[in-house]
Amino acid sequence: MQPVAISVDTPEQSRDLAHKAGYTFPLLSDRGALVIRRYGIVHPKAGVAGADIARPAEFLVDRNGIVRWRNLTGDFRVRARPDEILAAARALP
Amino acid sequence: MTSTRTRFNWPLWSGLALSVIAFATYFTIFVAQPSTRDLPWPTLILFAIAITLAAIGTGRAFAAEPRSRARRVIASVVAFLTATIFVFFCFAIFIATKMLPKSNEAVAVGAKAPEFALPDVNEKSIALAQLVTAPATKGVVLIFYRGYW
Repeated sequence: MQPVAISVDTPEQSRDLAHKAGYTFPLLSDRGALVIRRYGIVHPKAGVAGADIARPAEFLVDRNGIVRWRNLTGDFRVRARPDEILAAARALP
Repeated sequence: MTSTRTRFNWPLWSGLALSVIAFATYFTIFVAQPSTRDLPWPTLILFAIAITLAAIGTGRAFAAEPRSRARRVIASVVAFLTATIFVFFCFAIFIATKMLPKSNEAVAVGAKAPEFALPDVNEKSIALAQLVTAPATKGVVLIFYRGYW
């Protein structure tokens, strides 16, 4: 199962984060929050200078491109835990 | 008499210092572990001790002989600051982080995940289709995060 992180950060910022945290999975840059908008999870004006950013959210997508599980936290300190995501992934065919 | 007037009000000042420490250590230490991040019990214990100390210190300043208006004012201000840091922490942690949009239109379970292609850290475009069909993968977890802007 492949994790992929998406935010409005620039590729350079994401590179710094990946380097600091030791992440080896892809970190993708959605500068205008266009994909974030398409997924319906914009947090309007929550970024610097009133920029739109993503609310924290996780989607598990199967090999056919269908969403099989999702998590929209009500508190951005509290994210999906690895064991929740792994349990959802195990249920995939 | 002189010793009473000049005695350092340690509970008052250590209460303020501990309040600052409680605030700072949440964001530097306790936030890293879900067990101390989601319900910040070590931080709340530190704040409880800090506020107790500030209250003791304030009581001491008000009971001090000879009566000193300056001491009382200083004690009140320091105690207020100690409590304000706690209130600010509670707002930041228990209220501000829950100010999220409803996102009723978020892609639902069972729906097709919208296709995308976005640049990775090396400016190389990565498409969802290419991720989900990669060999030996059962699926992809898209993790949207706030980022550092």
